[in-house]
Amino acid sequence: MMMILGKPAPLLFGQLLLGIINGSFYAMLSLGLAIIFGLLNVINFAHGALFMVGAFVTWGLLHYLGIGFWPALIVAPVMVGAFGLLIERTLIRFTYKLDILYGLLLTFGLALVLEGIFTNAFGSSGVSYDGPNILSGTLNLGFMYLPVYRAFVVFAAIVICFGVWFTIEKTSLGALLRAATENPALVQSFGVNVPRLISLTFAGGVALAGLAGVLAAPLYSVNPGMGTSLINTVFAVVVIGGMGSIGGAILTGFGLGIIQGFTEVFYPAASSVVVFAVMAVVLLARPAGLFGRVA
Amino acid sequence: MTISRRTLLGTAATGVAAAALPFGRARAASKSLKIAVISDFSGPYRDIGGPTSVACVHQALADFGAKDKGYDVTVLQGDHQESPAVGTALAQRFYDQGVDLVIDVPNSAIGIAIEGVAHDKNRAYINTNSASSEITGKFCNAQTVHWTYDTYMLSHSTGGAMVKGGGKKWFFITADYAFGHLLHDQTAAVVKQMGGQEMGNVNFPFPQTTDFSSFLIQAQSSGADVLGLASAGKDTVNLVKQAHQFGINKTMKIAGLLVFINDVHGMGLDIAQGLTLTESFYWNMNDRTRAFMARVKPRTPNNYPSMGQAGCYSGVLHFMKAVEAMNNMADVKNGAAVVAQMKKMPTDDDAYGKASIREDGRFMCNAYLFRVKTPAESKGPWDYYDLLATTPADQAFMPMAAEGCPLIKT
Repeated sequence: MMMILGKPAPLLFGQLLLGIINGSFYAMLSLGLAIIFGLLNVINFAHGALFMVGAFVTWGLLHYLGIGFWPALIVAPVMVGAFGLLIERTLIRFTYKLDILYGLLLTFGLALVLEGIFTNAFGSSGVSYDGPNILSGTLNLGFMYLPVYRAFVVFAAIVICFGVWFTIEKTSLGALLRAATENPALVQSFGVNVPRLISLTFAGGVALAGLAGVLAAPLYSVNPGMGTSLINTVFAVVVIGGMGSIGGAILTGFGLGIIQGFTEVFYPAASSVVVFAVMAVVLLARPAGLFGRVA
Repeated sequence: MTISRRTLLGTAATGVAAAALPFGRARAASKSLKIAVISDFSGPYRDIGGPTSVACVHQALADFGAKDKGYDVTVLQGDHQESPAVGTALAQRFYDQGVDLVIDVPNSAIGIAIEGVAHDKNRAYINTNSASSEITGKFCNAQTVHWTYDTYMLSHSTGGAMVKGGGKKWFFITADYAFGHLLHDQTAAVVKQMGGQEMGNVNFPFPQTTDFSSFLIQAQSSGADVLGLASAGKDTVNLVKQAHQFGINKTMKIAGLLVFINDVHGMGLDIAQGLTLTESFYWNMNDRTRAFMARVKPRTPNNYPSMGQAGCYSGVLHFMKAVEAMNNMADVKNGAAVVAQMKKMPTDDDAYGKASIREDGRFMCNAYLFRVKTPAESKGPWDYYDLLATTPADQAFMPMAAEGCPLIKT
């Protein structure tokens, strides 16, 4: 068997692939965070909790209404997005004119409340959700067995990431959004309803968290704490990529997933720290992040 | 699991009532007692302790007939939030408020910390939900009883059975903290002692890890035929679920070294089927356990008790019997005296049957090796286990001579 750095090569290829899969979750989650931060200047700590809500909604759709995975890919993000709209209109919009820390505290509190409610209702061990049959089974790649569903997740993540990046950076809607955040008064004077645009942007960012939740439901145990375990890493991804940079969040998400995957082979104990070590190094060298613009 | 609005409101109301009790109730002057459940009410171990443990304590008091016998028992509860600092502070405050017994306490780090508090305050402490065998080893004291299970019992029952069944080559995935290491070390020792072999071990960061795929791939490429999971709670649930996604259950046998029925419920039988595990209590074992389940079910309809929670029932019932036998409420404030009385009497209850407490504070119960049923075999809700083997109480736990408990003069 071919060896690389004392480890069997198939194992390393496997890790590379797994890193990309984990990276797709980091990318999808940090994408929503980056949009909300970049366009609204809100540090949304509730993002992980909303990801969890997305997974529970997916489970609930099947369990209570018999709605399966494919429709849930549309329905669950819409529901989570609608919930995001509700909290934006009733709570978060009041923090726009305040110091950025108020929004952070508010969303952090929201995350705790959401987790508390779901823990009380469903318990801490959570519920189990099975993915669609067509995606069950494994592919034999020679060096490893790859579950079909995980391959699907990578494909879906790439499509989603490209779609969002394209919308924000290349379409007129995206241009409008970016303009509205640069100079809301000017854009409003052209007859654009800026508050509505901002609300919908927030809802869109939150819906992305919900969508990641749908994709995660068949992979992980659907439990109230599932967002908390991810959110710290995802914040590190956003910081490394450059706060608010959408392309940066996507590339960093995939990159860090791969770095973490290799750490799990060579020194597993460091696998949860490596992301933050990278963050520290990046911040020392480039305080605005890899792809951030210096303010 | 279905949750109606009524049960939700009910849960909330019980919580409020429990918090308000010590202030809102007139107490009889003579035979009043306080029992505090210190557990995880909000985090990863809530389902194996938490509200269901409180329900089991109330059931024990009802079955004992505390009210009819003139005892006025207040049940308090505290959330240790998985932090030894919070847990210790809670125990100190409870004991200072006159609590006579602290019970439950999942998480070995907190379980051991509270053991020291019980000793300092000289009050009784029954741990039903920590795994560390060191509770009756180097940390053992005269105020503490360790109910239910420990790492020695789990490693010998599950590990021993797997090796006997032909699973000689093991790969371990271990939660990187004291509990995981102890469980891994003891199981690996059993495996080697019985002629098996450890092919590898990987420690995963606790509690941040959700994706275990790279550890599972390492296990798959190790050439081992048994995958030993030295983990607990949602980590085990995630590990088993993801092992399925990679098809590992087809090439390796999975041994959950600490799995509760609540975890099996969380996984669902589709995924959990075939898993080998050890518990010392299962509600559907015999007529007595089923009778216990029928009585306690209205108090915890959506979460059936696992061994630790049933241990809260068994422990409180025995504590009340000891208090009754002492027949002197002043002596009850002497924790060492209560525990000495508990050790003198054999235990007998519907959950655990007849058993006893050893001199070092070890509750001596049978260890049952179970296999999780397939969805087709399961006949009703929570009908999850098939009994494979029973380790009698006198062989299930570490011999006292090997433990190093300071109470035991060798």
